[in-house]
Amino acid sequence: MTSAVRPTRTLADRLTTIFWRKPGLLLLLLITPPLLWLGVVYLGSLAALLLQSFYSIDEFSGLVVREFTLKTYAELLRPSNYDVILRTLAMAIAVTAASAIAAFPIAYYAARYARGRWKAAFYLGIMLPLWSSYLVKVYAWKLILAKEGILTWAATATHTGWLIDAALQLPGIGGNSLSTSYIGTFLVFTYVWLPYMILPMQASLERVPTTMLEASADLGATAAQTFRTVTLPLALPGIIAGSIFTFSLTLGDYIIPSIIGTSASFIGMAVYQLQGTAGNVPLAAAFAVVPIVIMLIYLTLARKAGAFDAL
Amino acid sequence: MNSVKLMGTAILSLALATGPVLAQVTALGAGEGEVDIVAWPGYVERGESDAAYDWVTAFEKDSGCAVKIKTANTSDEMVSLMNEGGFDLVTASGDASLRLVAGKRVQPINTDLIPSWGKLDPRLKDGSWFTVAGVHYGVPYQWGPNVLMYNTDVFKTPPTSWNVVFEKMDLPDGKSNEGRVQAYDGPIHIADAALYLMTHKPELKITSPYELNEDQYKAALDLLRVQRTLVGRYWHDAMIQVDDFKNEGVVASGSWPFQVGMLVADKQPVASTIPSEGATGWADTTMLATDAAHPNCAYKWMEHTLNSNLQSDLSVWFGSNPVVAEACTDKSGMQTKEGCTANGMDDFAKIHFWTTPTANCAQGDGACVPYYRWVSDYIGVIGGR
Repeated sequence: MTSAVRPTRTLADRLTTIFWRKPGLLLLLLITPPLLWLGVVYLGSLAALLLQSFYSIDEFSGLVVREFTLKTYAELLRPSNYDVILRTLAMAIAVTAASAIAAFPIAYYAARYARGRWKAAFYLGIMLPLWSSYLVKVYAWKLILAKEGILTWAATATHTGWLIDAALQLPGIGGNSLSTSYIGTFLVFTYVWLPYMILPMQASLERVPTTMLEASADLGATAAQTFRTVTLPLALPGIIAGSIFTFSLTLGDYIIPSIIGTSASFIGMAVYQLQGTAGNVPLAAAFAVVPIVIMLIYLTLARKAGAFDAL
Repeated sequence: MNSVKLMGTAILSLALATGPVLAQVTALGAGEGEVDIVAWPGYVERGESDAAYDWVTAFEKDSGCAVKIKTANTSDEMVSLMNEGGFDLVTASGDASLRLVAGKRVQPINTDLIPSWGKLDPRLKDGSWFTVAGVHYGVPYQWGPNVLMYNTDVFKTPPTSWNVVFEKMDLPDGKSNEGRVQAYDGPIHIADAALYLMTHKPELKITSPYELNEDQYKAALDLLRVQRTLVGRYWHDAMIQVDDFKNEGVVASGSWPFQVGMLVADKQPVASTIPSEGATGWADTTMLATDAAHPNCAYKWMEHTLNSNLQSDLSVWFGSNPVVAEACTDKSGMQTKEGCTANGMDDFAKIHFWTTPTANCAQGDGACVPYYRWVSDYIGVIGGR
């Protein structure tokens, strides 16, 4: 009996055998690096941040005291800090609502009517602003909204300057010029984040079957009824997905409000100022936790509304 | 061999920590071929921004030390870069220099090894922002005031008081100053308010705008709350302020000679002045890192920075003042006597240089309001509280 000639087994062959016998091992090897990334780099840094927020700053020396305390969180409730949170939250809600309203007709047209080249042009039109530098866009808006900027000029030329003046007279949100008022901050935020609302909205609108709209019409519903009872509920997950982007991006941004607006702090600006020379890292960390908490609440509500069912 | 001696820095820093404070370097040797500098943008120019402004190329040729520059935009960034290590020199401002000394990130300078030390403007030689207990931690580089910039169409004669940006009033053109003035959005601006109160509320007994007790501090914040009602937007970025003077109808603001220069070069109706109350200002120092890898080249650079031609050109480029007085008049560079006067050279005594406010001050330990509170309270003031 002649034994079969066995090919020599290389290291790779042996490894293959081990992985074949124990598939769990391969899985472990493959999944460890991304898990480490997520666990250490991503969640780890968040945990470090959270930890910092439980420290406090010594009133006397200004040094960070590394002892567990809730004092720093209590400081968030001081009127001046509380203002910052409310101001940011109000802006995020306003920007999200405005984005949703402005994005819907655009997304609807792109999903329902645009075909072929038009569709490509649509995508390009929406995506193009995302490709240019964020800072360039913000500075451009500063010039557009300035007191002696192009918008005021156009308004004067068309005798509609009173419209801008009336808006600037509004108590609370008005100001000296569009670029130094909350209205300006709001306009620029809405412009910059709009694409993030349009894209998920369009994706969800494309999934609404035309047959349902036809059925609704056949059963005698008016266009408004169809919109309210068929289109809107089916598109809601997309709207919520988009709102998560616009809402969280507005909560965290510190560049737009520092260039356009009244100089009043938003959460991001407060964090930026507190962690610097001030060395008040605990309060900066506590401020940074605020958007996280708000987003967790928001995501829980969104989940209940079914925003993630389509994922 | 009378050349030296890069002694082991470990031993040295130990000596520094335990023994009396002495300069680490006692004599100079050959250059190491390189020097790494952390600097403000525009501070170390090699003719790349404008061919006329170059004070690096010739130094590299003469000394054989290649100059590597890392620019930093804030004092905090400078401090953290120096904490990371790997740099020889830093052009630190007054709100960073003492922190670097306290953190033992920079070493005392042996002034005997800098032949031009004697040429230094005597007003700066022992500046408290880089001299601790009589020991010099660096070589002064440039200084400048925070001036009051104004629109010459509105102010036919220069304003004589900072009240135009602090109190509600009608400007010479008959219109109110509401929405037409600006202020710096850094917490250090509280010092400008304190400086104003030094003259206008002598009963508060403010002696230094950076050392404020609770009462003085509260008065300064109250003044800033009035200012909030006048200011549409605070300025943070020099270029944005330039734009605001052009497009937002802003006619008066605390500013730097740099912005004044930009606007004047752009043919805008703008000038600057130092009002009767005086002004705050900044003074920058070239400081040597404790663990500098190229001390010989670093010393050569520090000597080079006191060169009159460099001081002259740099002060024109940056809108600042030379630390070597003759640079204003000796025509070694582009600076002129008039230029120096415009940059505030003659107003040294009126200027209170930026330092970081700390709790322990001349009024006693823990008597003053520390900087971290300046930050959180200034956020409140700008937010309308």
